[in-house]
Amino acid sequence: MRHTISVLVENEFGVLSRISGLFSGRGFNIESLCVAPTMEEGISRMTLVTTGDDRILEQINKQLNKLISTIKVVDFTGEDYVERELALIKVNAEADSRAEALRIVDIFRAKVVDVTPRSYTIEITGAPAKINALLELLRPMGIKEIVRSGPVVIGRGAKGVTG
Amino acid sequence: MELTGSQILLACLQEEGVDTVFGYPGGAVINIYDDLFDSPIEHILTRHEQAAVHAADGYARSTGKVGVAIATSGPGATNTVTGIATAYMDSIPMVVITGQVPTPLIGNDAFQEADMCGITRPCTKHNFLVQDIRDLAQTVKEAFYIARTGRPGPVLIDLPKDIQVHKYKFKYPEKVKLRGYKPTYAGNSRQIDKAVKMVLQARRPVLYVGGGINLSAANEQLIKLAELTQTPVTTTLMAMSGFPQNHPLALGMLGMHGTFYANMSVTECDLLIAVGARFDDRVTGRIDSFANKAKVIHIDIDPTSIKKNVAVDLPIVGDLQDVLGKLHAKLTEQTDAVQQLIENTADWRASIAEWRQSHPMGYKSSDTVIKPQFVIEKIRELTADDAIITTEVGQHQMWTAQFFQFRQPRTFLTSGGLGTMGFGLPAALGAQVAFPERQVIDISGDGSFQMNSQELATLVQYRLPVKIAILNNNFLGMVRQWQQMFFEKRYSQTCMELPIDFVKLAEAYGATGLQAARVEDVEKTIQTALDTPGPVLMEFKVAREENVLPMVPAGKAINEMVLAS
Ligand SMILES: Cc1ncc(C[n+]2csc(CCOP(=O)(O)OP(=O)(O)O)c2C)c(N)n1
Repeated sequence: MRHTISVLVENEFGVLSRISGLFSGRGFNIESLCVAPTMEEGISRMTLVTTGDDRILEQINKQLNKLISTIKVVDFTGEDYVERELALIKVNAEADSRAEALRIVDIFRAKVVDVTPRSYTIEITGAPAKINALLELLRPMGIKEIVRSGPVVIGRGAKGVTG
Repeated sequence: MELTGSQILLACLQEEGVDTVFGYPGGAVINIYDDLFDSPIEHILTRHEQAAVHAADGYARSTGKVGVAIATSGPGATNTVTGIATAYMDSIPMVVITGQVPTPLIGNDAFQEADMCGITRPCTKHNFLVQDIRDLAQTVKEAFYIARTGRPGPVLIDLPKDIQVHKYKFKYPEKVKLRGYKPTYAGNSRQIDKAVKMVLQARRPVLYVGGGINLSAANEQLIKLAELTQTPVTTTLMAMSGFPQNHPLALGMLGMHGTFYANMSVTECDLLIAVGARFDDRVTGRIDSFANKAKVIHIDIDPTSIKKNVAVDLPIVGDLQDVLGKLHAKLTEQTDAVQQLIENTADWRASIAEWRQSHPMGYKSSDTVIKPQFVIEKIRELTADDAIITTEVGQHQMWTAQFFQFRQPRTFLTSGGLGTMGFGLPAALGAQVAFPERQVIDISGDGSFQMNSQELATLVQYRLPVKIAILNNNFLGMVRQWQQMFFEKRYSQTCMELPIDFVKLAEAYGATGLQAARVEDVEKTIQTALDTPGPVLMEFKVAREENVLPMVPAGKAINEMVLAS
């Protein structure tokens, strides 16, 4: 089962390799990983997507917590949360397909952020499923490049997760 | 007052109560060594950095204090890795200080540069690269705190050369700043209440005890709990000195080379109380058959150990002293129920006694050739109860665990988790430094001994009277045993063809060498060694193809043992 986990960590030397090394060393899956500083001094937040059965997820949670640099671990699975991913997509756009591409961009409330005579670069934000759906529609035109950020999540409701 | 980085480091060590460090100098730590020159801290110069770390480990295992080792950057630092990994696998509190190239050169493939934080990340509890002199004292404080608290473990401090000479005012911090690290010591009282109920309902309980018992120094609490409830106790390799092996409730070791009665008890029990143990594969054998008739209570300070390998009915996270103490106290309040429990479990103890009688621990003795087990029994007889025994890795290690009958905590120092050949001699060195007056004996194989035999020089230099007993079978015995049992006796690369004159080797270093080739020489040799001041190496020419039994073949359930005939 797919789990999205937020990890608040000390923003210090080598912390990313501690987390990624934990996953590779113990054979845990890691589908995506995003890291950036938070509003709190010295704390970074990682959002990672992983898969595994209950036993593995329990170990992942415990092992993450065991790291000295880890301040807090929140597994959002089963919680109410908002999930967003950013993608930049460079797609062929020549002659007749240019208008079609723009129509699709419009429907998805995406944006064209770079234009050349032969291509559009499209920016889209949304849940990973929405991005997948857009990619499906653009694929026939010929996609040249995709960059995805991996999802970030935040819990719904008034309460904030802090370190 | 302003101090240099290396002076700050040594001042911090003194603040932590460190009186002895083990190490080896080099360019990237030359400033530290310069300050050590007139420091009250004693430095023991081993002949290899791996040995310095094992010595610090032996010091830590025998005392419970944090062991400290120092090495230079690059090759000195990489030489420490096996030692660090050994300590990590057995949760030994240790701080290792490595020199590093100056900060501006880091990442440049500079001379003798190695990314020690990268290399040791998976085998340390935590590690630090000091990047600013202002962080140094805080870092050392936290390193010691992390090493000794919670589930202990080794911590590495990588200290660049320029930081060692930078100056800063020294003040030892009072507090650590580790918002993400708060080990749980007190067991949850509701969980402990549930444990009390489960214990009282048991008909066939067993205590399965691991190395945590020594780390937590909860030996008294364990004995009291076992005696109050009359629960038999089986111990892992790491816990053989954690519970007196001559106690009527002691079942000895379990697992791959466990006793018949320990393995049968675990297989048949209806309640397994795991205490500071981690269900290692050498203990469990085939995991789905391990204690599969039992409810499991697992008490451990490290939550990741719980439910890692087996399902657990009742997890209790906490320090063993606290949890076992409370469990005992709560059971003491229920005199009638405990009395009932003891009656309910009488049949169980009777069945175990039958197993013990039908298949006792033993070996076929001989008048013509020295049996290795016999040597171990004789060492036991001739040494004091508080003698510290270290081992290397192999058959001699298993026989020591099986036959030595340890009586006192922290008297058996052995590399359990990593199984590091070459551990025993430097570990004995470290233990002897900690306890100059006690008998310290390294029980060794001829193969393992040669992995750190250079430490004979250190023993002689510091007049450390460690006694070494090499059970020489001219084989890498444990591997040979596997080849005999599972590879049709194809002894590929396990015969140590070259006969070594160990007596001369000892003498070359200025130690005493003794050899026993006949059964009747064994006792005399051991006694002579014990009576001879200074380090003594004893070589026993033992039966070459003796096997360690019982043995659970890999992948088999622990009740499927190959037994001694
Ligand atoms: C550093 C290291 N290398 C290899 C091994 C694999 N190994 C385990 S036991 C053993 C043989 C040990 O031989 P010896 O020290 O002579 O002891 P014996 O088994 O004969 O008692 C070997 C090679 C190991 N445990 N550690």
